[in-house]
Amino acid sequence: LLVSKGFLNANRVRIKTMKGLWLALLVVVLYALHQDTWFWRAVQPVVLGFLPVGLFYHVCYTLAVCGVMWLLVKFAWPSHLESGRVNAPRSVAPSPHRPISAEEDAAP
Amino acid sequence: LIPAIVVFVYLASVLYIGIFAFRRSTHRNEAEDYFLAGRSLGVVVFLLSLFGTNMTAFALLGSSGHAFANGIVTYGLMASSSALIVPLSLFFIGTRMWALGKKYGFMTPVQMFRDRWECGHIGTVITVVQAVLLIPYIIIGVMGGGTTMNAISGGRIPFWVGGAIVAMVVMSYVFFGGMRGTAWVNAFQTTLFLLFGTIALGVIGAGMGGFGQAVNELASSPATAALLTRERVSPLYFFSYTFIPLSSICFPHIIIFCLTAERVQHFKKTVILYPLCMLAIWLPAVFLGVTANRAVEVPAIQAKLEARQTLATQSATLSPEQKVELRAKAAGDDILVRLLEHYAPLWLVGLLGAGIMAAVMASDSQILALSTMFTEDIFAFYEGKARFGEAAQVRTGHIFVILITIVAYVIALRWPQSIFDLAVQFAFSGYSALMPLLVGALFWKRSTKWGALAVTLWAAAAVIAVAVFQSVVPVPAPGAEVGFGSLFGQAIVSRTAAGTSVLGFLPVVPMVLISALLMMVVSLLTPKPNEATIRRYF
Repeated sequence: LLVSKGFLNANRVRIKTMKGLWLALLVVVLYALHQDTWFWRAVQPVVLGFLPVGLFYHVCYTLAVCGVMWLLVKFAWPSHLESGRVNAPRSVAPSPHRPISAEEDAAP
Repeated sequence: LIPAIVVFVYLASVLYIGIFAFRRSTHRNEAEDYFLAGRSLGVVVFLLSLFGTNMTAFALLGSSGHAFANGIVTYGLMASSSALIVPLSLFFIGTRMWALGKKYGFMTPVQMFRDRWECGHIGTVITVVQAVLLIPYIIIGVMGGGTTMNAISGGRIPFWVGGAIVAMVVMSYVFFGGMRGTAWVNAFQTTLFLLFGTIALGVIGAGMGGFGQAVNELASSPATAALLTRERVSPLYFFSYTFIPLSSICFPHIIIFCLTAERVQHFKKTVILYPLCMLAIWLPAVFLGVTANRAVEVPAIQAKLEARQTLATQSATLSPEQKVELRAKAAGDDILVRLLEHYAPLWLVGLLGAGIMAAVMASDSQILALSTMFTEDIFAFYEGKARFGEAAQVRTGHIFVILITIVAYVIALRWPQSIFDLAVQFAFSGYSALMPLLVGALFWKRSTKWGALAVTLWAAAAVIAVAVFQSVVPVPAPGAEVGFGSLFGQAIVSRTAAGTSVLGFLPVVPMVLISALLMMVVSLLTPKPNEATIRRYF
């Protein structure tokens, strides 16, 4: 049972890592696509009768960014932050440099 | 007079929102309530307000002016690059900063840096550099208020009165409402921006006889066809602009705003919808700026086009004073107002003027951020809070809001705007160069306070160096450049008409790369923080 549990966990980690790599690659590709040298000097076609192709490309680019952000939120959301935790438990001793909250001040 | 009345109604509305926020506040003497709205902002206010906080006068007025002179490239340079980089930085940095703030009670980034790197005075150095880079924005906001009031009232309201009215209104709602008031006002203003863009596009488009016709006319003339392409800028210059939006999350008012969300879930919608908001604001602003080149029936625009033509054809025979005068005449920052004056009915000019006013009043969050930084990073850190209590800290914040507004107003009256326009440009590069501070603190265990100090000093020195270089070397004619040094046949540093370039890139590129390198090298050479401290972050 322990072996199969370990195998499932390892599999889950591998899938998560692969997903992260694909999303990172997607972001890098999107960054590269911003540098669209192919429409640098082109006016035509004028899309919808008023949008020069260079501007139309960047409008589509903005919409694509929106889609990629949705994918990031869907598949790579840092859900561990939702509890207000970063990584460590609340019981860690406070640092002398950070502000002490009233709640901690009152604690025995 | 009608447009001025509409603008006054708008100003009264934002004042009311600020005071209403004050009444809603139940813990008025608590710093977290005043400076961070008690970390309780809901998802809609968080999205609209964060976007509004990021959109300064430049988004509406400056972008149209830039597009008027440079064409459609403005959208790719500033809007689509920000549409990618800003949500990414909110996703990776904003959420983590929020969680740390919630967990450890941080109210400013410097509090986190002090804790993360176990430092004190280095944090003070970071605060000072951040504050110095932020002040020009506040001054520009006051100036923008004065100029807009003067333009909308047809010159009846002098610049000094307009600036004073706007400064008073902003100061009042920041003073009373704190972050809650500022956030609500920003959310209201963003709604106005969005409405403004749509209405302005429709009204001006109809007035010009349709945009299709304007674009065809621009395309058919060799003098203006280049405005519909990006041939006026080099690919390296275009690429450099993707480094500028790194500054967004490093601005104190943005990173502090990230701490105000009630739940980290609120970032989700903001990250997804931010690019759409960029599209909704910037596309109309850029498009109107470009097509204004065909609005020759508007006398003020015709005068700008003639000044531009004279500069291009007779540059060699003009004296430096004449060039400065012609550049000022050709500048397009008021292009949107000119289009509206000509094409929109009077009552609509007032409504749209209120939208423009909303854009120039973005200095509210910057005033509040400076106040937060002063009270938390200086007053509280140097024992002020411990000695005088939290209520005194909030009162200090209030006094600071008044002082900074008065100082900004006095400077705005005495100094020319061009100086602060330039300072704002440098500030973007400076904040981008501070990015390794946040990345190092949040993602790299081995980063140290000495690495952070090196980054901060480098960012400040580089900004000063570029400013001195641009003031010492005279501006060359458009298209020409004055080069210094050589590497592979390319000038190492050049003075161009648009500013400075380093190996063909904008200075922001080497500034960020060297900054990152300094963080790595200096951190590896110096002792890392305590293991217990590192464990609290990783």
